[in-house]
Amino acid sequence: MSKRHLAVLAAALVTTASLAACGDSGGSAGEAAKTLTYWASNQGASIEFDKQTLQPELDKFEKQTGIKVSLEVVPWSDLLNRLLAAATSGKGPDVVNIGNTWSASLQATGAFVPFDDATLAAVGGKDRFVPAALAAAGAPGKPPTAVPLYSLAYALYYNKKMFADAGITNPPATWEELVEVGKKLTKGDQWGLAIEGANPSENSHHAFTFGQQWGGEWFDSSGRPTFDTPQNVAAVKRYIDLMAADKIVNPSNAEYAQNQSVADFANRKAAMLLWQAAGNNFKAQGMSPDEWGVAPVPFPATTPPGGKRINSMVAGINIAIFKHTKNRDGALQFVKFMTSDEEQIILNKTYGSLPSVTTAGADPAFQAPEQKVLREVLTTTAAPLPQVPNESQFETLVGAAMKELFADAASGKPITEALVREKLSVAQQKMGS
Amino acid sequence: MATTTAPGPVRPTGPPAVPAAAGRRARRRKSRRLLLPYLLLVPALVLELGVHIVPMLVGVWMSLLELTQFHIRDWSTAPFTGLENYRVTLDLDSATGKDLVHSFWVTVVYTVASVGLSWVLGLAAAVFLQRPFRGRALLRTLFLTPYALPVYTAVITWSFLFQRDTGLVNHVLAQLGLVDEPPFWLIGGNSFWSLLVVSVWRSWPFAFLCIMAGLQNVPADLYEAAAMDGAGFWRRLGSVTLPLLRPVNQVLLLVLFLWTFNDFTTPYVLFGGAAPREADLISIHIYESSFVTWNFGLGSAMSVLLLLFLLVVTAVYLLVTNRRRAYA
Repeated sequence: MSKRHLAVLAAALVTTASLAACGDSGGSAGEAAKTLTYWASNQGASIEFDKQTLQPELDKFEKQTGIKVSLEVVPWSDLLNRLLAAATSGKGPDVVNIGNTWSASLQATGAFVPFDDATLAAVGGKDRFVPAALAAAGAPGKPPTAVPLYSLAYALYYNKKMFADAGITNPPATWEELVEVGKKLTKGDQWGLAIEGANPSENSHHAFTFGQQWGGEWFDSSGRPTFDTPQNVAAVKRYIDLMAADKIVNPSNAEYAQNQSVADFANRKAAMLLWQAAGNNFKAQGMSPDEWGVAPVPFPATTPPGGKRINSMVAGINIAIFKHTKNRDGALQFVKFMTSDEEQIILNKTYGSLPSVTTAGADPAFQAPEQKVLREVLTTTAAPLPQVPNESQFETLVGAAMKELFADAASGKPITEALVREKLSVAQQKMGS
Repeated sequence: MATTTAPGPVRPTGPPAVPAAAGRRARRRKSRRLLLPYLLLVPALVLELGVHIVPMLVGVWMSLLELTQFHIRDWSTAPFTGLENYRVTLDLDSATGKDLVHSFWVTVVYTVASVGLSWVLGLAAAVFLQRPFRGRALLRTLFLTPYALPVYTAVITWSFLFQRDTGLVNHVLAQLGLVDEPPFWLIGGNSFWSLLVVSVWRSWPFAFLCIMAGLQNVPADLYEAAAMDGAGFWRRLGSVTLPLLRPVNQVLLLVLFLWTFNDFTTPYVLFGGAAPREADLISIHIYESSFVTWNFGLGSAMSVLLLLFLLVVTAVYLLVTNRRRAYA
């Protein structure tokens, strides 16, 4: 063969190889029946911690069913984007964890298996799940596209020793009290409260709770955004003012987005923290459980007109199945396994969250003071975030507007009602386009 | 172009009465020779189509659709909206349009500053390292380190350095007694400067590398002649080095401009997704407009406009620099 022939052959080879690479490289159906890919959200103190927590359970599942589950723990900052990419491409994992606030948004994509009655029956039936948690798994009146896995609520965590040193006997029950004790606790390098000011999700969760207490709604009944109502402006301003006006929050918190506020609390730099099931996280950072106390998130001393007695969103993690899975039965078996009493107790105990199934809640593992407070809040004074398809835009846009407000507050710019309204109006306009 | 002169330089020059069979063979050989360059280009073309051209066309198509979360799973269900996304983007009275214009100007200033500084630093370092001295190889290696580091890791490290309470930058500033109150670097007005510093830190080694390579082609006797004519350092730089570096600089500045204008990783990692308004680069702005609000049609429309802008800038740049070179 001449050199030229060789060159032509080589060119042809490269071409076909590159074309073949564009093709589908998926495995055969038989192979798919024995494997599942699972994206877990980051629930513990680190990704590594989660891998070590989940792997033994996945091994157990493989022993029971012969289905091998390959696990990836996805950080929260990437999870929504990864889910969107998987929904768009129709490729990716079989089973995923989703933040329950995204339920309606992700439901609208149509990329997930709907849990109609028959499908729910395959994982133990509708009545198995805690009603409040199941209500946060999709828009009302439609079959949910996920089932609850871990349940959470916000609570007020406080440092017992700092409280005792300052002569404070009870955790604050109203925002006025919180500001008052916060001022007593703010001295030197120590601050009254730690806030995750640059994290849009955290910000928006507080925007929701404060909004409820101040009589605001973020969406009207037809699902249209109502961000810049006077009630919402007052609610957001109240939250930002903890830093801007009351000065009980370190201005540095305006750039916190990687759970530095939890670290600040655990490292005794701040006396209070509003968080979901933070106990295990404190422990991982070397703070012993008897150092901190837990109480429900405060209310305003006098309820503003239209205000509701809500002090947390129904927080939690749901588990969902992608429609594109080649192993639907295996995926359903896996969801059933993860929501079984045994796994619910093991996993929720490790993460400090609450079981999402009614039959596991009575376990002694969930009778600690923290879990008691969380359950009390969840069953009496928690409400789900608006279950509308635009919800995740609300989180990102309002959360980002509040990040800007914190940045302004940190640099000493006065936070006026007009400024708050302006930021919320801009966020609302972006929803419309 | 090389391809126009490549085929058939060796025409059969035998006597006119060539046997018919030999003529056919020669023709076949000639046609094969004509075909070969194209065949060799095929793999590159296929990959270019697959990696660049097709996604670009898909992007243009997306920009004409109302592609929101309701339709991303099955694009065929997305309503065709024509130029509506462009109208929203270019409606300068709306929040979306205003923000885009703001972001565009931030990006322009950022790009000009970053490319300018990178180029000046790269040129200075390359010129000073032109003559051999002890430790030159070490310095060269050291200067290239930022270019060799993975972007993500490097920028994360920068974000740690810029933290207000625990960052090294404020620590050093406080130790030197330059600031009373530690400033913020990752939020507010300073965030632009932080971004610029990281960008220059990342891209100047590339400028350095290119200019250093370019300097290898400048004959040493030109400098000797210039020195004998009494030219000082600045004169030699202006009359010998820079003119001979022109072809290198032409490509270098263009490439740096395109990279910096489109830079996504640096702001995304430095600011964790939601960039402060003062450092809201266009790439991250488009990302937020599509991924954050789940409006991929709108994001694509912005991307297409960005692509057109960069194409125009590139074309004008090449036209101007080539004409100047032709006159020179």
